[in-house]
Amino acid sequence: MTIDVPTLRKEFPTLSRELDGQRLVYLDSAASSQTPTAVLDAMDHFYRWSRSNVHRGVYPLAEEATDLYEGGRTKLASFLDADPRGVVFTKNATEACNLVAYSWVRRNLREGDAMLSTVMEHHANHVPFTYAARDLGFEVRHITLTDDGQLDLDVARRLLADGKVRFLAVGHVSNVLGTINPVAELARMVREANPDALVHVDGTQAAPHLPVSFRDLGVDFYAVTGHKMLGPTGIGALVARPELLDAMDPFLSGGDMIRDVTLEGSTWNDIPHKFEAGTPMIAEAAGLGAAVDWLTDLGMTRVREHEVALTAAMIEALTSIEGVTIHGPTDMAVRGGAISFAVEGVHPHDVGAMLGSKGVCVRVGHHCTKPLMRCLKLNATARASSYIYNDVDDLEPLVDGIEAARSFFAR
Amino acid sequence: MMEDLYQEIILDHYRKPHNRAPSLVDEDVHVHHSNPLCGDEMDLRLRVVDDRVDGLVFDGEGCSISQAAASAMTDAVIGREVKDALDLVEDFRRMMHGDDPARPDDLLDGVAFQGVAKFPVRVKCALLGWMAVRDAIQTYERGASAHTVNHEE
Repeated sequence: MTIDVPTLRKEFPTLSRELDGQRLVYLDSAASSQTPTAVLDAMDHFYRWSRSNVHRGVYPLAEEATDLYEGGRTKLASFLDADPRGVVFTKNATEACNLVAYSWVRRNLREGDAMLSTVMEHHANHVPFTYAARDLGFEVRHITLTDDGQLDLDVARRLLADGKVRFLAVGHVSNVLGTINPVAELARMVREANPDALVHVDGTQAAPHLPVSFRDLGVDFYAVTGHKMLGPTGIGALVARPELLDAMDPFLSGGDMIRDVTLEGSTWNDIPHKFEAGTPMIAEAAGLGAAVDWLTDLGMTRVREHEVALTAAMIEALTSIEGVTIHGPTDMAVRGGAISFAVEGVHPHDVGAMLGSKGVCVRVGHHCTKPLMRCLKLNATARASSYIYNDVDDLEPLVDGIEAARSFFAR
Repeated sequence: MMEDLYQEIILDHYRKPHNRAPSLVDEDVHVHHSNPLCGDEMDLRLRVVDDRVDGLVFDGEGCSISQAAASAMTDAVIGREVKDALDLVEDFRRMMHGDDPARPDDLLDGVAFQGVAKFPVRVKCALLGWMAVRDAIQTYERGASAHTVNHEE
């Protein structure tokens, strides 16, 4: 059954806004999604009704707060088909990547070792590891792209051949090219070359759009963020194999993450609490729980079907405009909903400003992927990214705005 | 909104830029400035004769605001004594931060960019060429011939 977008849209307050009398057309969900009232209500309920701290109180209010917080964890774990003990709440996906960099990579990789990554990573999944490499002297290798913006697996095979790769960091879906990377296959390749190697996946752009099973992917770490999957800002998560978390040392330390503390030192709490220092984001966990409930009710298979149909229509609409080219694959089997495009003779900033004046929100710039921009020999792109509240009726304002930019700026 | 940002004078400079060239005969200084946020790149070349800006050309890639502002800047700066040019740059810079220009007549078409101050994201675009000429003059005064600046915040 297809998604009834006009009805669904009513649940997103921001989308009812008009800008200068024009309907708001939100095509920047790869940067941040909108929030349905169910999520706002869940957060509001915590602050108005169950406000207290988690884990330590023995009075009923504190138990309610704990249930809301831990309920968010259980819901996210089930949404991603993972063990709740392996779900660590973080501030965002960037912090989840840093947790892996600090608590595993920096404690295990040394000079003479290598890690594998790709040229298309978001800075969140790139900087924490190159920073570690600078300090520790291990080598970072990068899988390059095929002409249509997919990872070149022949290159990956060559980079793995000497068995020195002990860690892979790869994005599940590119925020610029839209490419869906074959992470399960890459994980198998990495382990064939070195059975002890670990695999970390940045799932930021995948979890909101695709059915994801952490167990089936066969990876070790999977980072997500709440605000791109209908949830609030300020919360993300690292999903990990529990036995791995058990063996790792903490990232941040302080209150709540300890079992015992003496003047001389401390012992650590059980996982996942060992990795959650200080008072956590309770309202946000409740909000994220409501968001995954909402997506689960809608059905992730339907969410993906909607994305496939709308993205195919958007690519067709964009490429039918003279002078417009898109970056990344056009085969919907290997791409998600983020579409980066160029308008001949018009700078992305000017495209974005013209679209913005018509109520159409798109992203322009380097999208936190400067190494990829250099590979593609681009300074910036414009990017339209859709979600469940977009429909084919959003294509006309997009196309009209791009055509207006062409006639306004064309030299 | 589009009219506030993109005045006709600005579009004219964008479509038919003044003093846009990849080289300058007898150049004294070459500076390269980039705006990593939007990926704008600008090469600016300066020739000074008798303490005056005798030759000034720019080249590069960027949005309409950055390219048009650089074009208008060259018109306003060429022929001025270097100290006076620096003073004019400061007037433009203050205008981009919301002040009324003290020397509107000397800024020539540069005054058309006053409206850009209302669009904080685009202020850096408008300033790129002006910051590049200030750097070129200061580089010249230091006795150097080249300088590269990355406008990272």
